[in-house]
Amino acid sequence: MSQDIFVVVEHLRGQVADISYLMLAAARELSKGIGGNVVAVLLGHKAEGLAGSLAADQVLYLDHPALAEFTSDAYQKALSGLIGEKQPRVVLLGSTTIGSDVAGGLSIQLGLPLASSCRSFSADGKFVSQICGGKIMAEGDLPSPTALVTMVPGGYKPEAGQSAQAPALTRLEVAGLDALRVSLAKYIEPEAGDVDISKEPLLIAVGRGIQQQDNIQLAEDLAQAMGGVVCGSRPVIDQGWLATSRLVGKSGKHVKPKVYLAMGISGAPEHAEAITDSDMIIAINTDPKAPIFEIAKYGTETDLFDLIDPLIEKVKAAKG
Amino acid sequence: MNIVVLMKLVPDLVEELSIDPSGTALDMSWLRLIINEFDDHASEEAILLKERGGGQVTVVAPEYDGVDEVLFTSAARGADRLIKIAGDFVTANNHALARASAAVIKELQPDLVLTGVQANNDLDGPVGPTLAECLGMPYVGYVSGVTVKDGKVTARKEYPGGLIAEMEVTLPAVLGIQAAEQPPRYVAVSKVRMVMKTATIEVRAAEALDPSGGPAVGRMFQPEAAAHAEMITGSPDEVADKLVSIFKEVGLL
Amino acid sequence: MPERVDFWGIPYTWGSPAIYVYTLMFLAAAILLVRFYLRAKLWWQVGRLEVRWDKLHIRLGRFIKYAIVQTKVLGQRYPGIMHVCIAWAFFVFLLGTALATIDSHFYKILVGYPFLLQKLVMDIFTLVFFVGAGLAVYRRFIQKPRRLTLSAGFTFSLVMIILIVLGGLLTESLRLAVEKPAWAWWSPIGWLVAKIWIATGASEATLTAWHLGVWIAHLLIVVATLVTLPVGTLLHVLTGPLNQFFSKLDRPTGRLARMPENAKGEPIYASTLRDLTWKQLMDGDACTECGRCQDACPAFAAGTPLSPKQLILGVRDALRADGRALLVKDSKAPLLVGEKIKDEALWSCTTCGACVRECPVLIEHVDAIVDMRRYLVIEGRMDAELQTALENFGRYGNSFGQSERMRARWTQPIQPAIKDARREPVEYLWFVGDYASYSPTLTDVTRMTAEVFQKIGLDFGILYDAERNAGNDVRRIGEEGLFEVLAEKNVAALSKSKYQKIVTTDPHSYNTLKNEYPKSSEVSETSELSALPVLHYAELLDQLICSGQLKFSKKLGLKVTYHDPCYLGRSNGVYDAPRRVIQATGCELVEMPRHGDRAFCCGAGGGRIWMAEGEVQERPSESRIREAVKLEGVNTLVVACPKDVTMFRDAVKTTGNEGRLEVKDLIELVHAAL
Repeated sequence: MSQDIFVVVEHLRGQVADISYLMLAAARELSKGIGGNVVAVLLGHKAEGLAGSLAADQVLYLDHPALAEFTSDAYQKALSGLIGEKQPRVVLLGSTTIGSDVAGGLSIQLGLPLASSCRSFSADGKFVSQICGGKIMAEGDLPSPTALVTMVPGGYKPEAGQSAQAPALTRLEVAGLDALRVSLAKYIEPEAGDVDISKEPLLIAVGRGIQQQDNIQLAEDLAQAMGGVVCGSRPVIDQGWLATSRLVGKSGKHVKPKVYLAMGISGAPEHAEAITDSDMIIAINTDPKAPIFEIAKYGTETDLFDLIDPLIEKVKAAKG
Repeated sequence: MNIVVLMKLVPDLVEELSIDPSGTALDMSWLRLIINEFDDHASEEAILLKERGGGQVTVVAPEYDGVDEVLFTSAARGADRLIKIAGDFVTANNHALARASAAVIKELQPDLVLTGVQANNDLDGPVGPTLAECLGMPYVGYVSGVTVKDGKVTARKEYPGGLIAEMEVTLPAVLGIQAAEQPPRYVAVSKVRMVMKTATIEVRAAEALDPSGGPAVGRMFQPEAAAHAEMITGSPDEVADKLVSIFKEVGLL
Repeated sequence: MPERVDFWGIPYTWGSPAIYVYTLMFLAAAILLVRFYLRAKLWWQVGRLEVRWDKLHIRLGRFIKYAIVQTKVLGQRYPGIMHVCIAWAFFVFLLGTALATIDSHFYKILVGYPFLLQKLVMDIFTLVFFVGAGLAVYRRFIQKPRRLTLSAGFTFSLVMIILIVLGGLLTESLRLAVEKPAWAWWSPIGWLVAKIWIATGASEATLTAWHLGVWIAHLLIVVATLVTLPVGTLLHVLTGPLNQFFSKLDRPTGRLARMPENAKGEPIYASTLRDLTWKQLMDGDACTECGRCQDACPAFAAGTPLSPKQLILGVRDALRADGRALLVKDSKAPLLVGEKIKDEALWSCTTCGACVRECPVLIEHVDAIVDMRRYLVIEGRMDAELQTALENFGRYGNSFGQSERMRARWTQPIQPAIKDARREPVEYLWFVGDYASYSPTLTDVTRMTAEVFQKIGLDFGILYDAERNAGNDVRRIGEEGLFEVLAEKNVAALSKSKYQKIVTTDPHSYNTLKNEYPKSSEVSETSELSALPVLHYAELLDQLICSGQLKFSKKLGLKVTYHDPCYLGRSNGVYDAPRRVIQATGCELVEMPRHGDRAFCCGAGGGRIWMAEGEVQERPSESRIREAVKLEGVNTLVVACPKDVTMFRDAVKTTGNEGRLEVKDLIELVHAAL
């Protein structure tokens, strides 16, 4: 039983995910409130190198061939062994395709309480989670004896979880990883789109508010006039109105353009987390309560259908 | 193939949400409960699997106001059995739901359990992984495609950036569905009404709901926006003008 | 004494010619009837039962109006005159032949002046026929309008009827050339042609021989025509009048048929020929391929896959191909919907009713389309956007996906507050409608309407958030179950309220409230229904202007044109009230070419406003705007429907006519003139 704060590091094909750094930053802040060391938990195979930039007091590295790439069964078994043995105060996992897959199972297996969608910790060590599309916040004490917490981005900057100095690394053996029920057959790359939106400086983004497939043309016209690229939120891609390569969001691309022009996008957390690193977000949405206005620099309630044509005209005029 | 779908209802975010007098939970009286969109996809995926490979689909849902219609709609799509778990689920968390459902689902001896990857009111993790552990089954989440071959299931798991991982899972297993392979099909009102006359909903009583594992909420509140955009008002022309000047400032024009 | 002679110039050498004539004619008629029966029986043996033989006196009236006088055919000038010349000529010939038969065997009536009169009339109509035939030849071979099917079958029919009449003219002229009677000028055309024969100098014997030859040819051509009639394009001579006789009587234009049920009480969805009624199958065979429906159809004009003509012919072709097989009891019926009739064609319809209005044989296209849409809906075969709209209707009672509590948000700035009709009795219950309540484009117009009502001192109220979409378009999309749900909710709210009349600003709501509420659950469609007292606001304003309660203080002096909304005009016959209101505001009204019951739909109806547009060449709304700007001096298009406001304001922008034409709701004129 320790006061340590464990952070389960997520990595994919040799890259540490931003969420891991974010959680390390969170852990650092949390430890100021409740004390304890920040311990990064790294699972993998021949992956010690990934620990180099983690801003942790210590890294516990579990090596096993079955942990080379993430699979839920192997990771959960490895983690349950470790947590069961070390009994830290808090375990932070990502509210992601990796962390969410195992957190619930660990909760039942180990009989430990789980708080999800945590965005930040208060100064006195309470978790603050967001639900209902970010419209409602729930705050509570970190449950005892060991609190499992999955985290969503937004509360901390990943840079705060990075360190130039490699932390001390302890290698641990993992047993019991046989008879695994989930195995990775292969990765399938996304269709190489004509554009990599994560590299574009100007993105014209459309969401549900574009209403119909035919209206996407309006966004294309504006993009062409301005020299930008069209992208979209999940509902638009799910309908097949834009290629998957244009998806901006939790399961899509994270983007950091100079200007992100969001049209008819409400700004739900899964989308918001992928655009918060933009230099400037401009939001066009007829709903004054849309969460996008909280992260945008400029906004307008004007109906995008009334705005687009004059905007295209004026952009063309300005370009001469 | 014996498939079970676990569905739950969640608050409709179109309506205004408010906190109840205790300050620790949502005020349910003004809420409209609607089907969790991801569970809708799970149900559609189950029907697709049944259409492709044969089998039976059972839909299980906890008791809420309006759940009957959701169950009948699933039957109208092609579900074979409908089970409602009686109990006070309105304030129950996912751990309680998982335990109560596991008891019912175990009896059904399914090959595959599908449920939505998440729901908008999850505070103690989504129900899928928790349920899987209660059932002693493996779990893969963020699944947007399922293929069944020779007693093994291949699930297409979504990663950021459009990357997909094909995971092979031994059955029985629980999958958290992100998206069905086609959007949930429309069910005409008259079809649902017709099904209401012929289909029956079996009711299983839950034992006392056990919410342990969920965090205690000390305070629930609506966030004040830390920041807010500078709003541009005026006629479309005026707004367009302002936007063009912003673009110029930033160096895009 | 001038009188008719039986079988003049026909030798009796092989017995009385009557034997041959009557035998041949009898055989021809028998073959015609048998062939016709084989065709016709498919209608009632394959199709569903529907009672259409009530109110025979009205049906007879329709027969006279549409089959004899042919008022709808005359709706277009050139082809109308052309067809009427041919058809009436043949009616006269038929009458004349009937008189000749009576004269032959029963009572010698064709003697003296009656005889001469008959000759004169027959001759004049021979000329009339040739005028018509000439117009027809010109139309088919020179003009070649796109809407016609210019196939060999039609040419064959035209040739046959020309030969028949020519045969009649020639035999008469040859006889006159031989007889040279004193009363010859009573057959002016015949006598003129006879002069030609006389001028050839041929002997009487020769002329009589020619006469015999022509007479035999004439007889054989008539026989051939009769025998081929049921399988050729002349079939419409029989099926057209039948179709008009059995046209729908029991419900007003604006009301759709209820969901049909089989013997077990299960609903029938129209996916195969068996699911259509016998009348709908007859529609297929009655179609003359004139294409007037296609010309009037906004969906066709826009370039969508729908042609009302091809749709009906699709039914006909399917029946021809599969009919026989379907006679075998319980045989599997091949799918009609999705095969001969494509999903996209069915979804392209705006249900405006222009096709129905135009059809000379009274085919009911819209009913068939909705019946088949009901099948598509139950199968879930629709585009994603329409599905979203229907799900929104189901969950929120409006297509915008907004909470019911937001429905009356537009009323916030209105002082004094509008009465809540659920709580206090009102004289007029204003059924506002979805678009007027939720669409940001319409908020100003809706508020203006409230202001106008208040200024003229109307005692009115609204249902606030108890109001739901009236369901007109939901019904036309084919979602009957959802319509019933919406109607139930509205009826519940209405029955709790106390009001004298309902007034609505939305023609779609108007149509369904007036014609289809609350009777979807009524047992008999033909029972006298106590209609909800519904007025469109144009009717209300018109009444108030007439009674003097509404007076205008200004004359606006604008030159305007007016677009008749489909659900106010064609579906419910309200054309004059809005025009009187426009004129009362001191505006000069100039009509567009397509006005009144020929108004061209804006393209939003039938659920189209919620569907993906697809590939369109020219939107119906844009076509209409272009029509309006052609009117000199007209700078305002007045409309009386919220969907028209939305569609036309958009179209003004997309056709680049901003500044040239302004779209105003009627209430805006009223407001300005108060």
